[in-house]
Amino acid sequence: MKILFPFFAVIALVLLAVAGTAANLHFLFGVVIPYAALFIFIFGMIYRVLKWAKSPVPFCIPTTCGQQKSFSWIKQNKLENPSSTLHVIGRMALEVLTFRSLFRNIKGELRDSSKLVYGSDKWLWLGGIAFHYSFLIVLLRHIRLFAEPAPAYLFILEAFDGFLQIGIPRLFATGVVLLAAVAFLFLRRIYVPQVRYISLAADYFPLFLIMCIAATGIIMRYFLKTDIVGVKELTMGLVSFSPVIPKGVGAIFYVHLLLVSALFAYFPFSKLVHMGGVFLSPTRNMVANSREFRHVNPWNYPVKVHTYEEYEEDFRDKMKMAEIPVEKE
Amino acid sequence: MAKFTAKPKDLIQIDFKNPKTGWMDTPVEIREHMFCHPAKAKELETVGFPNIHEWRPQDENWNLPEGWKETVLNGIKERLQKYRSFHVFMDICVRCGACADKCHFYLGTGDPKNMPVLRAELLRSIYRKYFTASGKILGKTAGARELTEDVLKEIWYYYYQCTECRRCSVFCPYGIDQAEITMIGRELTNLLGLQLGWIGGPVANCYMKGNHLGLEPHTIKSNIEMMLDDIETITGIRINPTFNRKGAEILFVTPSGDLFAMPGIYTAMGYLMLFHELGLDYTWSTYASEGGNFGFFSSNEMAKRLNSKIYAEAKRLGVKWVLGGECGHMWRVLHQYMDTWNGPADFLEVPKSPITGTVFDNAKSAKMTHISEFTADLIKHGKLKLDKSRNDHLKVTFHDSCNTARGMGMFEEPRYIIKNVCNHFYEMPENTIREKTFCCGSGTGLNASENMELRMRGGLPRANAVKYVHEQHGVNMLANVCAIDRATLSASMDYWVPGVGVAGISELVGNALVMEGEKERTADLRGETLPGKEGAE
Repeated sequence: MKILFPFFAVIALVLLAVAGTAANLHFLFGVVIPYAALFIFIFGMIYRVLKWAKSPVPFCIPTTCGQQKSFSWIKQNKLENPSSTLHVIGRMALEVLTFRSLFRNIKGELRDSSKLVYGSDKWLWLGGIAFHYSFLIVLLRHIRLFAEPAPAYLFILEAFDGFLQIGIPRLFATGVVLLAAVAFLFLRRIYVPQVRYISLAADYFPLFLIMCIAATGIIMRYFLKTDIVGVKELTMGLVSFSPVIPKGVGAIFYVHLLLVSALFAYFPFSKLVHMGGVFLSPTRNMVANSREFRHVNPWNYPVKVHTYEEYEEDFRDKMKMAEIPVEKE
Repeated sequence: MAKFTAKPKDLIQIDFKNPKTGWMDTPVEIREHMFCHPAKAKELETVGFPNIHEWRPQDENWNLPEGWKETVLNGIKERLQKYRSFHVFMDICVRCGACADKCHFYLGTGDPKNMPVLRAELLRSIYRKYFTASGKILGKTAGARELTEDVLKEIWYYYYQCTECRRCSVFCPYGIDQAEITMIGRELTNLLGLQLGWIGGPVANCYMKGNHLGLEPHTIKSNIEMMLDDIETITGIRINPTFNRKGAEILFVTPSGDLFAMPGIYTAMGYLMLFHELGLDYTWSTYASEGGNFGFFSSNEMAKRLNSKIYAEAKRLGVKWVLGGECGHMWRVLHQYMDTWNGPADFLEVPKSPITGTVFDNAKSAKMTHISEFTADLIKHGKLKLDKSRNDHLKVTFHDSCNTARGMGMFEEPRYIIKNVCNHFYEMPENTIREKTFCCGSGTGLNASENMELRMRGGLPRANAVKYVHEQHGVNMLANVCAIDRATLSASMDYWVPGVGVAGISELVGNALVMEGEKERTADLRGETLPGKEGAE
């Protein structure tokens, strides 16, 4: 159920787009839905981030993963235990750009019912990196559809991406990597018993969605050879707010577009918000200098305490007997 | 309740297979030896905790207070607004599973609900149901579920099978910290009066008497005097520390566990000897006689209430700065919370070692320095005369406490001290130390006796790593900087790795410290005859 439901949800989206094109609802699927999805994405994410930001950070709680700053003769680990904003920027850059924490991953195993052993386990890191970076590059490549003329850096990007020079049109490695990485993340979810056990429908849905997006993209580029001029006409129309529906763009394009729209619209309501959330994670984005500089809690309030005077009231005689100094004789 | 009698060889037969039913459809089974007894009503009344009532975890009916569900939901709402950590951590988990096998309780029990991700999902599912649109509409498909009595019991059971050690947070790609979520989950159970005896008791004691163990002022003094007698027997030197003395330069605060039982008292003897040898102008306090903070395991407010005594006493006595003893969660609190709660301590001065002149700039605002920082600085400046050979009977390894590791980052200072006071030091495997250190298995108020199975299971990963160096190098002493470790690792060593003792670092310092005017040492601080000194008396 956790797997089938999201699977059929994606299939339903595909069929919906096919039916939509057949019913000549091109304007709805080519213009209205993409605009709406983008709108939901942008404002949904802003809403999310603002809502998180509205909750204060009452305490300075970085997770310290390296040596603290103490003496000049002990080497501080500035990236894992940052004592300045610059260090934090370094730590966050490592986290966001290289998935530092995931790179640490180790696998713990009980062997012979007597020994716990730990070994390096970088597969998840590798899958994650491959997925995110190929997705990013694929996304950047799409800028070609929204800019006329295409910016120069795109040609460089494409030169690298298409270095394999296989066939015509040139094979972009990232499309394949993206599909492979998503497939890996999916298979991992199914085959690793622990991960399967914790997985929700909400974990499979984006995987299926992205899998289909990549697949339809690849089909369009290499197999069905969608009318790229028509597509660009439509996308340029969208970006210049003067939408047009060109003739001759096949249903496969509208399937691709609806799935992408679904991903954008789904984004702010799902776990995909980790894209923004990681920047707000207090265990990573704070300076670990709470003894050096006082961190202020905006909702700090006075509390009832048991004062020394009350304490002495309770124990004065015993303290005097034990020759412990008291305030009141 | 039957006594816990499982043998180590049986307990380590851990089944990592998941139940056939999904976790939401697998009801919680509250198992004997895995949970702690409830707190006594009187203790909770002392500190004014809400909804105090009679209940037992193993009973069907927990006598939950009227409107308990609203209390929990309002509690969640309030905390979402107060803690960005909680709010973000409720939303961004992708269930990648990187944290799963990082938890000592998961490794020791094989229970999937002890995977940090699932422990969090227990509460996240409630959050989704009542606070997110998708959860409200899609329900179970979106990973949301109703808050029922059984769900509450499940949260209670598993949130008291987490020691807030933060190991999962090291590996999480978003830094999601289960400790943060557990703290809030525990606050919610506390709102319903579902507090543990091992937390409620120490909290009440600490509030009224100044320390968790409930040692009254005269008892603190007499306990220390007994240590002084032992020190005199061993060194021939009589030490005269002061209590509640106004005008001292330094206030010394340590966990009360150091004043009460073995092997903690040996650590305290080490402090006393070191301070005497330095001629340090310091005082103990009977009012601020607790460095640790079990309030931290019940609620943020309670933790602040207990912690307030340290600055209040420093002010009353007119000291210049505060020196803190060896304790784990105490240092999480002192390093990351104290100044925020009860500061600014502008009546104090930036800590400065009167012996070396070193200014502890890293404690410039909080004005409190760790004994290991203080001691490492002394050794670096050559201010201590040390005879390492007096620890030659010990083959030492070092256990990083969760909190000084992941809530502070004090890795090198204690190691530097050990290397200067011991000849035989061996590190445990790299994936089990420093920021990847394993919890003792009994932190956060879980060091009771009725939950011994849980403790031994949770202590397995640490013990297993000790066993490795015990077998490889003959390690027989597990050094650490934590009072809870000293109490609980002793039990888990006896169970999993017999033949390994547990010691605070200051005990090892005390052994090696050559004091002026001392007689020839023939015994260590435990009174055990030093090798080669048999018959020297």
